[in-house]
Amino acid sequence: MARAAAPPLDVDRLIDDRRTRIIVCCGSGGVGKTTVAAAVGLRAAERGRHVVVLTVDPARRLAQSMGLSSLDNTPRLVSGVAAAGRPHGTDETGEYGVSGGGSLHAMMLDMKRTFDEIVEAHADPDRAAQILANPFYQSLSSGFSGTQEYMAMEKLGQLRRADDWDLIVVDTPPSRSALDFLDAPQRLGRFLDGRLLRLLTAPAKLGGRAYLRVLNVGFGVVTGALTKILGAQVLKDAQTFVTALDTMFGGFRERAEYTYQLLRAPGTSFLVIAAPEPDALREASYFVERLAVEGMPLAGLIINRVHRSPAARLSAARSLAAAESLQPAGGQDGDEPRAAAQPGQAPDTLAIAALRLHAERMQLVAAERRQAGRFTAAHPLVPVAEVPAQAEDVHDLAGLRVIGESFPAS
Amino acid sequence: MTSRRAAPGLIQTQYPSADNLHGVRTRDTDWEGVRLHVVTGKGGTGKTTVAAALALALAADGKRVLLIEVEGRQGIAQVFDCPPLPYEERRVAVAPATADRPGGEVYALAADPEAALLEYLQMFYNLRHAGQALTRLGVVDFATTIAPGLRDVLLTGKAAEATRRREGGKHVYDAVVMDAPPTGRIGRFLNVTVEVSGLARVGPIRSHADTVQKVISSPETAVHFVTVLEEMPVQETLDGIAELAGLGNAGLQPGGIMINMVQPLTMSPAQLRAAASGSVDEDELALGLKTAGLDESRRLASELAAELTEHARTVTGQRAQRRRLAGPGQPRYDLPMITDGIDLAGLYRLAAALREQGAA
Repeated sequence: MARAAAPPLDVDRLIDDRRTRIIVCCGSGGVGKTTVAAAVGLRAAERGRHVVVLTVDPARRLAQSMGLSSLDNTPRLVSGVAAAGRPHGTDETGEYGVSGGGSLHAMMLDMKRTFDEIVEAHADPDRAAQILANPFYQSLSSGFSGTQEYMAMEKLGQLRRADDWDLIVVDTPPSRSALDFLDAPQRLGRFLDGRLLRLLTAPAKLGGRAYLRVLNVGFGVVTGALTKILGAQVLKDAQTFVTALDTMFGGFRERAEYTYQLLRAPGTSFLVIAAPEPDALREASYFVERLAVEGMPLAGLIINRVHRSPAARLSAARSLAAAESLQPAGGQDGDEPRAAAQPGQAPDTLAIAALRLHAERMQLVAAERRQAGRFTAAHPLVPVAEVPAQAEDVHDLAGLRVIGESFPAS
Repeated sequence: MTSRRAAPGLIQTQYPSADNLHGVRTRDTDWEGVRLHVVTGKGGTGKTTVAAALALALAADGKRVLLIEVEGRQGIAQVFDCPPLPYEERRVAVAPATADRPGGEVYALAADPEAALLEYLQMFYNLRHAGQALTRLGVVDFATTIAPGLRDVLLTGKAAEATRRREGGKHVYDAVVMDAPPTGRIGRFLNVTVEVSGLARVGPIRSHADTVQKVISSPETAVHFVTVLEEMPVQETLDGIAELAGLGNAGLQPGGIMINMVQPLTMSPAQLRAAASGSVDEDELALGLKTAGLDESRRLASELAAELTEHARTVTGQRAQRRRLAGPGQPRYDLPMITDGIDLAGLYRLAAALREQGAA
């Protein structure tokens, strides 16, 4: 290989290390993030960890692949997890290397329920009821694209505090961009702490007016415009909602801060998942850079659905040339008949198909390698693991296990 | 179009259409009368690429098409390999001219809610100054954070406005293509009135939402789904089409299913069956490889047989997905796999495939 090799990512070492308590799987949509997260969870359980996988993907297939009819907001035990039965690790530090007795639970985030529970926990019953009934709360708790991210982090915090599992694998929401998941909690926090809210909650107070004066706009201009765009009722609902939430601000910010610190704490590791395609790897690059800025620990990159060939020594060009030499006269491209195709002999259609297919495969392999090489050129220190493309969709634990078996660094 | 929307149970008499009278098919696409093409699909299926190809295809024959993206990803700029787009409609590509017709133009716009809000305030209330103050105060954060319905109505509102915009009695754009949010969020995104009415039962934003909904719910709008032949994207497509029926007042019009990244078939049906069951005739294969002058033909045959089997299983799975996609009865279009990254040439190929199959 001409490209500089990335250091291998040793997923087994990561999941065997008892100090690893949280693994966050992130990446752009459509790369198989949820499946990889489940495979990591299963492998860890089968290597002796007590694991809970928190997913945000409502795909029923994933639930079924774990033998559950559906996933909900409560962790459910996955049966059929094999006992580890392998000898104790022989690592001299004794810090990792475990055996036997693992378990796997799985759950799916119910974001509205999780949000409702926070409100109920932080407000007295009357106020909680008032908040839950407000149209803005309902919109925010079920609609805001950042709510899911925020609530996923909230749930992660809850699971960590409960301390019932020694490893939490969390799969981040299918955001339009992988970064949303880091930004959304802060965006919500910023909003709850924002200038507009101060305006809405205290329009008549001196502070609000003074603040507007600094901005050099008349108070009436702003409320007038808001009323014009939104209508008076909307403005009133918003004010009611915000006033009601006001008492909970401290709680929200504390929680956001706690979760943020949790993501930076020792014991948390990030796995970035990508497909060997330009868009997914570009997102992965952004994510790697962002994690570095935030001081969050990156374990490495998993490139999912990588194509390989058992006959890599036969190049695409040679394979195609061989296929063409077998092509009968008047065949593809109207080539001159080659020596190999005897007149009257049945064309070697099977060999032609196999060689053409192989040539395509090798081209794909080369394109994927170029993409992966580009990532590694930009991030030479990021460890990389590859998961081979599976011919069929994952339907059961065995399928997840196959993915996990590709993790050991070769 | 008419037959597709006819009430079920009516028996349609087959008259030869005017197009076919002389055995000559004039240009008649599956989406005559549709002027707003909403393109959605599961993440990773190539939604933005297909939206761009559709815009190019619609722009042929001297048409002017606007391609709008709404997710702030600058995906269009990447696809057309141009600098990031501002909030401004600018020309990004020309559709190729044919022998007897001029080439068309594709304009692109990266719509963002903040700019759309300012424009909305300016256009309807002449409130530019207050609008800027609102931005500084975080009103847009307000709109995008607390009430996604408000953000969505600004974005869909921009697409509806461009679709209906006229100059000198003529539509400015012959068609508008919107690279919309993925299938998981498309229902909420297009269900403007319902989303907003939860917040505002009356008032100006509500009436704006009603106007936008009217455009989206009209026969002028169709929602296309991009998928690949894998289980989850196909499931999301089927769920998405089913969901459209319950949106707006009387459902939204489902469009075509664009099957992306279709690989050509290189085996005969018998070979495919044999390969899928893992019983490739390795002797025959080895003989062929030997004839082609390749070394170690036996070992190579067994390795290539493994590749054939893997491929055949994938193809078999894809066929099952293709049958599922036939369920809703929407037109389906195949887009070829383009192996080495999408560039402008690749886009033109996809656009040509869409036109050949009558999608544009």
